[in-house]
Amino acid sequence: MKQAKRISALLRRHGVLLALLALAAAAAFAFPQFLTYGNLTNILRQSSMIGLISLGMTFVLLTGGIDLSVGSLAALASVLAATFSSRGSTALMIFAPVLACGALGLCNGLIISKMKIAPFITTLGMMMAARGAALVMTDGVSVRVDADAADAFGLLARSYILKIPTPVWVFFLVLAAGVYVTKKTRPGRHVYAVGGNEEAARMMGLRPDRVKIAVYTANGLLAGLAGVILASRLSAGQPVSCDGWEMNAIAAAAIGGTQLSGGRGGLGGTVTGVLIIGVISNMINLQGTLNSWWQSIITGLLLLLVVMMQSRMQRRPRAHIKAARG
Amino acid sequence: MDNGYLLEMKQIDKQFPGVHALDHVDFRVRPGEIHALMGENGAGKSTLMKVLTGLYRLDSGEIRLEGRAVSFGSPLESQRAGISTIYQEINLIPYLSVAENICLGREPMNRTGIDWRQVNQNAAAVLGEMGVTVDVTQPLCAYGTAIQQMVAIARAISVQAKLVVMDEPTSSLDEKEVAVLFQQMRKLKEKGLAMIFISHRLDEIFEICDTVTILKDGKRVSEDPVAGLTKLELVSRMIGRDAADVLRRKNGRYEGGGEQLLFEVRQAADGGKLRGVSLGIRRGEILGLAGLLGSGRTELAKVVFGDNPDYSGELLLDGGPVRWKAPRDAIAHKLAYCPEDRKAEGIFPYMSIRENMTMALLPRIARGGVVDNKRQKQIVQEYIGSLAIKTPGPEQLIRNLSGGNQQKVLLARWLCMEPRLIILDEPTRGIDIGAKSEIETLIQQIAGRGISVLLISSELEELVRNCHRVVVMRDGRNIGELEGDELSEARIMQTIAQDMVREEDAG
Repeated sequence: MKQAKRISALLRRHGVLLALLALAAAAAFAFPQFLTYGNLTNILRQSSMIGLISLGMTFVLLTGGIDLSVGSLAALASVLAATFSSRGSTALMIFAPVLACGALGLCNGLIISKMKIAPFITTLGMMMAARGAALVMTDGVSVRVDADAADAFGLLARSYILKIPTPVWVFFLVLAAGVYVTKKTRPGRHVYAVGGNEEAARMMGLRPDRVKIAVYTANGLLAGLAGVILASRLSAGQPVSCDGWEMNAIAAAAIGGTQLSGGRGGLGGTVTGVLIIGVISNMINLQGTLNSWWQSIITGLLLLLVVMMQSRMQRRPRAHIKAARG
Repeated sequence: MDNGYLLEMKQIDKQFPGVHALDHVDFRVRPGEIHALMGENGAGKSTLMKVLTGLYRLDSGEIRLEGRAVSFGSPLESQRAGISTIYQEINLIPYLSVAENICLGREPMNRTGIDWRQVNQNAAAVLGEMGVTVDVTQPLCAYGTAIQQMVAIARAISVQAKLVVMDEPTSSLDEKEVAVLFQQMRKLKEKGLAMIFISHRLDEIFEICDTVTILKDGKRVSEDPVAGLTKLELVSRMIGRDAADVLRRKNGRYEGGGEQLLFEVRQAADGGKLRGVSLGIRRGEILGLAGLLGSGRTELAKVVFGDNPDYSGELLLDGGPVRWKAPRDAIAHKLAYCPEDRKAEGIFPYMSIRENMTMALLPRIARGGVVDNKRQKQIVQEYIGSLAIKTPGPEQLIRNLSGGNQQKVLLARWLCMEPRLIILDEPTRGIDIGAKSEIETLIQQIAGRGISVLLISSELEELVRNCHRVVVMRDGRNIGELEGDELSEARIMQTIAQDMVREEDAG
């Protein structure tokens, strides 16, 4: 009985991590090339862009909100980066799109918190507008990065630092910063407070408005960064890219245990979720015969499974409560 | 402090569309006093406190704190000025730890960020001083309402407050916990802190408060030292009429249809708090369920009403066994349930009184899926009249009504279904004394019409006043039954105490 309880507690806390390990074990067993260094770094590199967006999305979801605009913002950023390449400044190509997307994220936050418009609607509008802007700027076709700028700009996505791809470093840095913010700073804790009970947070003298503006702005910045990395990787800005990234990010966060109603979850789980999606996609590539659209089916079913399991576990009677009340 | 007042609110005026919520109210608090603010629901107490704490802007008037004119734009500003507030509905964050809930917004920091050890130590210290020992690292939602309320209080007093506003802090506490709270309040008073105390329980006002200000219909009626008042004077000022006959009620004997049981529960258990309860209700009988918090009363109600399909034991209706899978089965057999938590389980706040009242009735007054509007209006008018629901009209949104009137709409929702058994879970919680006596009268009328009533209440006085018979519960079991002359508050407490002793002897 006690044993069973301990196992169930273990599952509850680390279930997703165990799922990732099981999945990786299965992959290693089925595909000998899975456990090679090249393949593993490849998974990380491919996951890094969605990963960045998923981190931002986790903050948004923790406040009880949602951000549908990030895929479009990333596409817009990639187009902006390619467009700025004629100026020849790598710094401009990286920072201008990121800041532009941050500004649009700020708009999301302002509309949601100050005008009290539902996040779903606000970011749906931004999603359509940003996608449209990217298409208008490019006439709907891919924009190549200027040949003079391509080499320097390409380093962002293609170089390695200590044998690890640079985008993976970027992801890790943002992750570390994010974990620090959520665990050790007031704004980070206030994200949880606002998502747990916004009215109470307000009564406690916190400022839900500021918290929300901050998370949507951060999400915009991160979407911009992901888009710039994509442009660097492709040496082009594509207005139709990053389709559905916002949904993948939400899926990754949800698989990782972040609740869409807000207040519960965290970045650690989201990273696990991102990696699970990455490993599934990698397995389908290695398998070779399955169409890559299968990835959607498998990820979708997994998402449902995980969320159903989480909901079941939470409904268990909380035996410790009585003991605690004495 | 030029004139000895900590807080002075002068000629406070606040209008809402259609309501003059505060009509030039004067209110003042001296340092180190516990000041009761009383009045019926809708009298303006909450509005006055919201103006004070910066949630509402005042239309005109002046607020002085320690002699200086102040104007708060948000709860944050009023907190910084030394006013902290405890709300009736617990305003904390359920998934954060107990400790974090106490420190949120002013977390102790060290070089690397929030100092969690300090957070936990501080919280444990504040709670420990209050005599509450819990694991402060557990999420708040792991604990019951009473503990949560104590955490809210711990939070309020852990800031260096000059004035603590307590808006019905005791409504979810049991007697022992109220005693702990009062002890705490006395300590704070010795330190020179002032408190504004809002409660509907008269005993509490007389026990703990120094001064009482009474509001009625947005106006100040009086301000007096509590010591110079009698309960009766206080009540009659609050409701503005002679209170003597409001409070008096004869506890009627059951004179209904013989020994035939309408509904019977045999050994009901739910694998959790409910561990084997048996009882029977006769036709037109008011059966009370008494017991301390956590004794399984609400859980029993849920089984009776089919809201918990995983029960063991037997239910019998008219002597024949029945088994509910969901509330709709119970409703189909003419059972009704008014839940304890009006806001969460009862009302649809953004719907009208008409819609709220006829929600459960719709299938019966609809033909081919289309609601018979005329019939609906007729029923709604009838109940607004017969239950004396105070409202401009049936289309008013229910959230604009006072607690007592909301409760009446909920009662009407089930009464218009013509139930045979109605379960009332804490029907008078959080409503004022005038509305309370009206609800109690209604309960008597309901039973008089042959409807059986299962009445759950934490207020023993209320059970004794209203019930024909009371079943006493403890730890998920029925441990005694009191009727007629035996039925008194003392006997109920005695029954519970005896059972505790018996258990200790056995164990």
